[in-house]
Amino acid sequence: MKFLPLIWATLWRKKFRTILTLLSIVIAFLLFGVLETVDYAFAHPSQGQSGADKLVTINKYSITLSLPFSHARQISNLPGIAEVTWLTWFGAYFKESKNFIFALPIDTASYFKVYNDDFVISHDQMLAFSNTRTGMLVNSALMLKYGWKVGDKLPLHSTIWTQKNNSLDWTFDIVGTFDAKDPLQASQYSTTAFFHYELFDEGRSFGKGTIGWLNERINDPSDSAGMSSKIDALFANSPNETKTQPAKEFALAFIKQLGDIGFILHAILGAVFFTLLFLTGNTMMQSVRERTPELAILKTLGFSNNLVLAMVIAESLLMCVIAALIGLCLSYLALPIIKQGLQGVELSPRALLPGIGVAVVLALIVGLPPALGAMRLNIVDALADRH
Amino acid sequence: MTEAIVSLRNVVKEYQRGKQTIEVIAGLSLDILKGEFVALMGPSGSGKTTLLNLIGGLDRPTSGEITVAGQRLDQLKSGALSDWRANNVGFVFQFYNLMPMLSAQRNVELPLLLTNLAAAQRKTNAMAALTLVGIADRAKHKPNELSGGQAQRVAIARALVADPSLLVCDEPTGDLDRKSADEVLRLLQILSREHGKTVVMVTHDPKAAEFAGRQLHMDKGTLLDATRVAA
Repeated sequence: MKFLPLIWATLWRKKFRTILTLLSIVIAFLLFGVLETVDYAFAHPSQGQSGADKLVTINKYSITLSLPFSHARQISNLPGIAEVTWLTWFGAYFKESKNFIFALPIDTASYFKVYNDDFVISHDQMLAFSNTRTGMLVNSALMLKYGWKVGDKLPLHSTIWTQKNNSLDWTFDIVGTFDAKDPLQASQYSTTAFFHYELFDEGRSFGKGTIGWLNERINDPSDSAGMSSKIDALFANSPNETKTQPAKEFALAFIKQLGDIGFILHAILGAVFFTLLFLTGNTMMQSVRERTPELAILKTLGFSNNLVLAMVIAESLLMCVIAALIGLCLSYLALPIIKQGLQGVELSPRALLPGIGVAVVLALIVGLPPALGAMRLNIVDALADRH
Repeated sequence: MTEAIVSLRNVVKEYQRGKQTIEVIAGLSLDILKGEFVALMGPSGSGKTTLLNLIGGLDRPTSGEITVAGQRLDQLKSGALSDWRANNVGFVFQFYNLMPMLSAQRNVELPLLLTNLAAAQRKTNAMAALTLVGIADRAKHKPNELSGGQAQRVAIARALVADPSLLVCDEPTGDLDRKSADEVLRLLQILSREHGKTVVMVTHDPKAAEFAGRQLHMDKGTLLDATRVAA
């Protein structure tokens, strides 16, 4: 610790250069924090408190292929199945395609039995939803975002489903709002709106009697793999074979359809840190080279080779770790903004922790070569300017 | 009889420059007594600074024995030599070689970082050294805020602060005007006479050498003669 003031003063010997170097590291770690958080969020989709007892059944070959409605009845008869519900991808937006709404046609009675603990909905609004054929329950955050209120008529454009009159525009009546009970799932539902499957099935011009996928709640969460196999066995060798997975695995598989998010994010980070390595490494080399006479003086005064080595590495560590901490703190502060951009994905500050390790590795890589040079510095040659 | 603090026996120092071997010190033997102020003179390339580096433990001889403050320097390894320098010798250079980003006081404290002294004691000792060289009022100033003479006094304070028995000075007045140079030389004289420090100083300046108690003249790596000056 007694060497810290000396190392600190050395770090700020060329203030402007140090500030620029720190800034470049701060920005790199801000990016690291943001991208790692996004990667973590995709790799660890939140399932809330009751996620372990949920299964998802889709067509064996693609989620875009529908299943017959009869599957729901057959699955519900399986021992160990507590509830079954069904849904279909509606693909809606409000006014413009950028205003994506995760509008889901649901079978009201069964859906809220499967997700019996997931939502907070007032009794009156639930009753109104059940009694209104064109009714829609909208997430509170979504209501707030667009300034909607209960009683409004809501026109949504489906990118897939035409009505009998060939129109892709569907109109709903907002009869209530809902919130996720688990705060960790709040952002997951922040663009969600529910409407009646009956209305959807009767109104669409094609695909009647089919469903997109099924959600099941099972009695024994520890037997999710066994139950998945049993469900799929029901439809083996039929024209509509199924693929059943625990809900968490399904979420991961769904995200992977977008591409290998982790690879893309890490490739970007790799490029950023590769550049940073050269930038910071060059700065450190230059900084230590400029200080050759000073390092020679320290050795003259009795500072050992190992102590000089440690001091240069400590300087590199100090610079990289401080800048990384600032960058990671900024990315932590940016989490709410990222959440808005990644609706439905839960973010965790835990993703930032590896950043400290990366900063230490970076500091060692960029600090070691000049530190070794400083350690090997010959005093006589350095003082005679022959280094 | 006063004992020799510096003793060199048949010291040879050779450098390799390409395929050529250059003998800088050629079988030199020398004794410097405790408390002596010795001036090393001679033309450029005569081996003065090399000899000073060998005495100060900054360099090793190719052959021969070097004993300083009771320690055979030619037998010490790098780490032990660093420790020895920290405890036994203070260095003063022509261009002061102060750390530009540290205040005078912090510069003087540098050798004390290698001791177990607490921060407060390090500061006290540094201030005492600055007071001894008459520059305590500039303790908070950085080197670029000091004149050449003041910076050299700070460098001398840094050399003194760990209380070494030997001061090695390489052209300590080479960058100073006459008045500042005389002040620095008088200070070195006082340190030798009143504080018992052994001072070995390399200089080109005959007037500077006159402040020393003994003048040694070198040429081609050997001592030519010795001039003892009346104290």
